[in-house]
Parts: sequence; structure tokens; C-alpha cells
Amino acid sequence: MNKEEKLVVNAIGRKVPTRVNGETVVPFKGVGQHRPIGNKFGQRISSCIDFPNDGNKLVSSLKESLIKAGLKDGMTISTHHHFRNGDLVANEIFDIAAELGVKNLIWFPSASFECHSSLIKYLEDGTIHHIEGSMNGQLGRFASEGKMKGVGVLRSHGGRYQAVQDGEIQIDIAVIAAPTADFFGNANGVDGPAACGLLGFALADSQYADKVIVVTDNLVPFPCLPWQIQGNYVDYVVKVDTIGIPEKIVSGTTEITKSPDRLLLAEMTAKFCEYAGIIKDGFSFQAGAGGTALSIGIYFSEMLKKKGMKARFARGGSNKYLVDMLNEGLVEYILDGQTFDLDGVKSMRDNPKHVNTSPFTSYNYHGKGNFAQLVDVVILGATEVDVNFNANVVTHSDGVLLHGIGGWQNCLFAKCTILPVPLFRDRIPVIRDEVTTICGPGELIDVIITERGIAINPLRQDLIEKLKNSSLPIRTIQELKNEAEKICGVPIKQKFDDKIVAVVKWVDGTIIDAIRKVCPQ
Amino acid sequence: MIVTTGNKGDKDRSDCFVSLKLTKSGGIQIDLQSKVKSLYGDSIVLLCKEVLKFFNLKHVILKIEDKGALPFVLAARLEAAIKKQIKTDKEFLLEMLPENINTSSFDQHRITRLYLPGNTPSLMINAGIHKPDGIILDLEDAVAVDKKNEARFLVRNALRNLNFMGVERMVRINQIPAGLEDLEYIIPHNVNLVLVPKCESADQLHKVNQRIVAIQKKSKMINPVWLMPIIESAMGVIKAFEIAQAADNVVAIAIGLEDYTADLGVNRTNEGIESLFARCQIINACKAVGIQAIDSVFSSVDDIEALKENVHKSKALGFEGMGCIHPRQIKVIRDNFAPNEKEIDNAKKIVIAFIKATEEGLGVVSLGSKMIDAPIVKRAQRIIDLAVSLGKLDINWKNQTNE
Repeated sequence: MNKEEKLVVNAIGRKVPTRVNGETVVPFKGVGQHRPIGNKFGQRISSCIDFPNDGNKLVSSLKESLIKAGLKDGMTISTHHHFRNGDLVANEIFDIAAELGVKNLIWFPSASFECHSSLIKYLEDGTIHHIEGSMNGQLGRFASEGKMKGVGVLRSHGGRYQAVQDGEIQIDIAVIAAPTADFFGNANGVDGPAACGLLGFALADSQYADKVIVVTDNLVPFPCLPWQIQGNYVDYVVKVDTIGIPEKIVSGTTEITKSPDRLLLAEMTAKFCEYAGIIKDGFSFQAGAGGTALSIGIYFSEMLKKKGMKARFARGGSNKYLVDMLNEGLVEYILDGQTFDLDGVKSMRDNPKHVNTSPFTSYNYHGKGNFAQLVDVVILGATEVDVNFNANVVTHSDGVLLHGIGGWQNCLFAKCTILPVPLFRDRIPVIRDEVTTICGPGELIDVIITERGIAINPLRQDLIEKLKNSSLPIRTIQELKNEAEKICGVPIKQKFDDKIVAVVKWVDGTIIDAIRKVCPQ
Repeated sequence: MIVTTGNKGDKDRSDCFVSLKLTKSGGIQIDLQSKVKSLYGDSIVLLCKEVLKFFNLKHVILKIEDKGALPFVLAARLEAAIKKQIKTDKEFLLEMLPENINTSSFDQHRITRLYLPGNTPSLMINAGIHKPDGIILDLEDAVAVDKKNEARFLVRNALRNLNFMGVERMVRINQIPAGLEDLEYIIPHNVNLVLVPKCESADQLHKVNQRIVAIQKKSKMINPVWLMPIIESAMGVIKAFEIAQAADNVVAIAIGLEDYTADLGVNRTNEGIESLFARCQIINACKAVGIQAIDSVFSSVDDIEALKENVHKSKALGFEGMGCIHPRQIKVIRDNFAPNEKEIDNAKKIVIAFIKATEEGLGVVSLGSKMIDAPIVKRAQRIIDLAVSLGKLDINWKNQTNE
């Protein structure tokens, strides 16, 4: 076990390492304080001389393509998560790697899901050294118990693009599972049995990886249109029988929550937005895919209809409810990062006002702006929030890795960030003195909405003023915390092992927090 | 002998399952399995020790399988287990929250009352946030027979220690005579209203009141306790008037149609023609003595449209409220029992015309071509009062209309 050499306290007061997996890293300096100087990562020059004249890059199998791509010890292998829990490709890559006896690979997914738990055996036998990406479910527990050889690195969607673009991480082989592709490597997510809408999360991989492999189960004659992934970046194309399990890729229509408590949160959130003057003609919003977020969309719809207004754009993840708003003219455009159901996929395929986006356009902090910062209101979740409005999305209160960051950090740059959260979940208080892991600095989090009261960040005097005479229960965050503790009791401060099992990166690539090994109970 | 209390099914949240064995020696051994152990393990063990000490137990093997139970739940489960092992009159009582020392009034609204199964803590914890007029902790049909006793401890602790945010706190006891015993667990803990199910006579209510008085004497908790008998049988319907005037603290009668239609041997239909007589009889009995008539619950939780229709019919007959079996029914029931815009507008015109006529010394009040007599004014005033108290009309509406 290599001990992390040196810890420093970063600008948000967390003890973080200065070296991770042998590389020097920069501790978080504060929002907007880190401005790297230099050039982006430069890829090797390719030449048509080295590629087939007829453009046919088909090879017979994934294994052959990996061998041709030069798979060897210590490489970084990337995959995307548009297939969510229905992905078959990532597991197969590492089955092949293990069969070939390759060791110490770094898996660099845009997110992992429960279906990837079978990779634990490769983390154990040394095929995979560590994961740089979200670690959920069994993978999360495995990492949290300190069993992964290297240190996990958690990044937001935008942070992943930034890391690749800036050369913080260099992808040796990108494997892009594509619902439809042609022999040249043009690919999209809108057609085919594994249709998932778009392939935005694989954009950076296609642009910056040394070798790019497109794997499809729906090979069409050139040209494959739309070419969400451009074949000009692609080295090899592989046709296989199945790349994903459709019903797990698009889980059908996600239902509006039936939980009365969550519906209440959604209603309070929508009312808050109304009082705050956020809902007006031409506004924009983003809400996640959870049941609560869906319901907020429904409340927004009702309000817009009543007022005869429409939103200029909504940012996806899209689903039936957002698509209905588009079709009813309540929102003019959907700028979509991922589609959660078949209605979303179909709309993206057929409706030019339902536009696919990528972490580059939406989220990348090292660009000349991004879309997330233009959004009027974003509604996000959190596992914990502290009295300084700092929030956690990646760990349970017991410190076990639970979720990826997704686009969460990137979305905090919206004009108003609202976190509707229950005050407590089965005795676990959500509003705490201190969160287990800081993923987002409180200065970017404006409003916490709980079923027992709403706290507005004191930095947002404008919102406090607007809500002064509303009928909503406006409280201070301290009052909310006290109420949670009155009901649940004051929690004991968690004890953790010193060993760092993962780090959380901020959108600019600096280290905002470190996650430590959980102590056995 | 090992005794158990509580629940540990996959869907049971905010609850715990307690197994308790008394031993001759070995001290107190606590095996705690809890999803919140890292946050509250110490305080859970501390609470258990406190309860055991209170009951003078020095040697036990205690196992707690906890899924985030709040202290009032843990204490109730453990006490129920202890009382399966030993006989004692002692009660381990948690703090009475100031929010729960409220009293309610004879004629306050009881349009929406949310039923909460008496042995299911997860449904109780957030009940207050949905702002029903009242909550009903149910010891009767919503609790399995073998869980009846442990539910009493949970309900007692909830009445004391769970913040229901000021709503009227009601308990549905078991059928008389068994239900009389339930009163011991609720009357000293400031329950506001007791629902008496399957009521068939004034005598049953007298028995309830006698017991309440006896308990109040002992416990010195003397806040008013209102009664709401539920009529659920042909006999009950026949005796409706007797029941309505049985005692001064009867504030309402509710009707229970599942049992009533079963008693008649007919199917319960959405149209409700089979229970029309019973409903009208009960409404008449209530109006005759000036108490509230409350309609049966509507069991299709998912069908909000049908619920709405049901409320409209109920209101048209003269009912003034309905039980809710899911929080999402609360708003629908409240909004549809409340006077609508048209009713309010009309009532405003009538009241203003009446005031004007009185001011001008006119003997006859008319609105347009319609004559308005005293009962019309009285009804209009009631609609106005209800609208004001439900926040649908400003209390100073007259000034605003004149401007």
C-alpha cells in the first residue's frame, strides 16, 4: 500500500493529497481561482496512408481490435455510459484483457453502473488497477473498503472532458459502443436495437484517444447519419451481435414520483421558482431524471400554461415529460445530454428542436463558456448539505461511495441552483454540520428546499428579499439543521481510516475533497 | 423464551425489529444491527439501556434489527417486548413535545383527516407536513390482530413525541368493549379526538366517556376529548339520532361504507345508491343536533378524478368531510369540499344585498328578480364563513368588494 506522501488543507478546508496515483495534483483553490496556463493535449498526427483506401475499418472482433490497438499493461481504457445499466461492452473489454493477461489497466468510464460489478474480479486479480469515473453499488463498496489498488478519481461530466482536453489523463484506447455505425466509424445513438439517443459522453474520447474503436450491433452502409461520432477519429470498427440490453438502456418511461413527501418537495420547488420570479417568458431550466425532478416539470408545465408563457430551452436528460412540453410548445428547445426513455430517443431522432449536446458544449469549464451557466434555474439532488450550503452527492453518510458526480458540479454554475432534499431519510439527517464529502462549494448553491422549510443562501439577498412575503416556510439553514437533529438526534462524527480510496475533482481539475476508507463496524 | 416486536420486512422503513430474552445472569447483552449504526449506534444502545434500567432488567439478551427507527419507535418496540416478558404498570414515557399540547375545538373543520396505520412508523413521521385537518392513528382495522398490543405503545409514543405540526390528533380505537382498553394508552397523552368504530348505541359512547373520565382523574390530563362515532352497520344507521345526541363531546359522526354494505349483503358501488338511505339518515341526525357529518373514505387512491366526483356528491348530500387514506387525497378532498368560486361569488352578492336592504330598512330582500329570504342568507353566510376559514376569501372581503 503506497501511503499518500503529503496532505494539504485546500481552500474549502479539506485535507487532500498533493499526489494521486503517482501524479502531482492541484488542491482546490476556490471557485474561479485556478487558471492553468499552457496548451491543450495534442494528439499524434494521423495520416490516411495508414488507413484503408476504401474507408473500410472493419475488423473481425473486439479482441482483434484491442490487439491491433496495442492493448498492453498500464493503459487507460475509456468507455461511455449511454447504455446505463444495459451496457455489455465494458465488461467484455476486460474479459478480453484478462484473457490476454494484461495487467494494471486504468478504466476511465464516463460513469459505471451496477451491471459493471462483475469487474470487481479484475480489480482483485490486477487486470484493472483503478477506476477514474463514478463508482456505485458494489464497485463503490469495494473501493470504499480500500480494496482497489489505486486511488479512484471522481470527476463531473464537464471535468472529464476538461481532464481529457487538458491532458490530465491520456486515453490509450477508447471503445465507443454505438447503436448504429458504418464501416468508416461514423456513429450515432438514435437508431438500432440499442438506441440510446446520443453519444455525447464519448465525444472527448473520440477526439483525444490514441486509438478509437467503434463497436456496433447495427452496421449500416456509409454514410451513417447523423454522425454524432465522426469516423475520421476512428481507427477500427467492430460488428458484434449485441452491445446492450435495450430495456436496461432506456428503462421505459420513468414515472412521476408517487411519494407524497417528494411530490410536496416538487410543489414547493415550483412555487419557490414562481415567487422568485424565475418562471417567466423565455426562461430556461434543467431538472434531473429522478421522480421529484419529473414532478417539478409537471408543475412548471401547469404554471406556464396558466400564464400563457413558454420556456426558451430546457436542458435534458430528457424523458417523456420533457418531450411532451416540447411538443405542446411550453418549451422551445431541448438541449439534451442524455435520453432516459424511448420518447426521448424518438424525439431526438425526429425533432430538430431536440438537440444533442456534449460535455464540451454543456459543461467544460476550460472552454470559452458553456451552456450550463446560461440556465436560469437548475434543480439537483444531494445526499447531504452542510450549514455552509456545501453539498455531497458521491457518498452515503456512512462514507461509502454511492453515486457519480454526473453533471452536478457543472450545473452549479446556473443562475439559481436549488436542491430539494428531505430533511432526513430514515433517521439519516440530510442537513448536517459538515458533509461527509464536499462535491460542491456552498457559494454556488442558492436554495435548499426541504419538506419542513426552505433555506436561502445568505449570499443571495436578492432571493431572500423576493421571498420575504411569500407563504413559503423560509428558514435559516441552521434552523433546518437543528430541526433535523431534534427529530433524528445529533449524529456521531464518523470515523474513517487514514487511507484515501478516492479523490473528488472540481470542474477545473483541482482536488476538492478526498474519500477515505470506511472503518469496519 | 424469546419475544419479538416490530417489523423487518423489505418495505418496512424507519422501524426496527426487537428480539428479547430474559436471562438469569450475564448482564445486558445488546446486539445492534442498524443502517444508522455509524451515526446513532451509541445513542440507540444508550436508549435501550435506559429503558431496561427503568424496568429493572439486569440480565437480558437483546437483539435490535434497525432500519432507521426514531427514538419514539425504538422505545415503543422495546417496551412492548418487555411487557410481553414481565407484568408491570410502569410506563417509559418520552418527552411530551410542546407542539402536542394543543387542544381542538368542538366545531373546527374536519374536512380532511389522514388515516395512519397504528403500527407503521414510516407513514406517521411526515404526516403533519401534508397539513390535513387531522391525523388518525388507527389501532383498529389497519393493525394486524397479533400486532394490536405493540401498536398501542407506538401510538402512545407518537402522541407524545412525534410532531404532527399542530393538526388535530385523533386515534381510532378498537370496537367497544375491546377498545376501552386502548383508551389507557391515549387519554393521558393528550389525544384530541377518539373515533369509536362500529358504533351501534349511545350506551357504547357512555362507556367510552366513563372510562375517559376515570383515566383523566388519574392522569390529570383534562383537555377536552371529542368523540367521533363511526356508523358501519344497519343497526347503527337506525340508531343514528340516538348516537348523535349521546353526549356533549360527540362532534361528528362518520360513516363506514365497507362494513355497512357488507352488513346489508350488497356490493359497494361507485354510484352508492345502496347506501343513500344510510348517508341521508346520518346527515339528518347530525344536522338535527348540530354536529358534523363525515363521509366514508374513498379507497381508489390512484383515481383522483373519481375521488373528485365522489366529493362533489358527498358535499351535495350535506357531508362536511371525508377520511383520507393517502396524503395525495388531502388536497383534492379539501379543494372540492370548499366552496367554489361561483358559490362564493353568489354568496357574496346575497350577503351584500341583505346588508344593503337592512341598512335601507327594506322588508324584502331581492337580488335581481329573485326574492331572498332568511334561510338563503343563512346558507350564504355559511359559505362565506367556510371560504374565509379555508383561506379562499379574505376576511375583509366586504371592503375589498366595495372599492
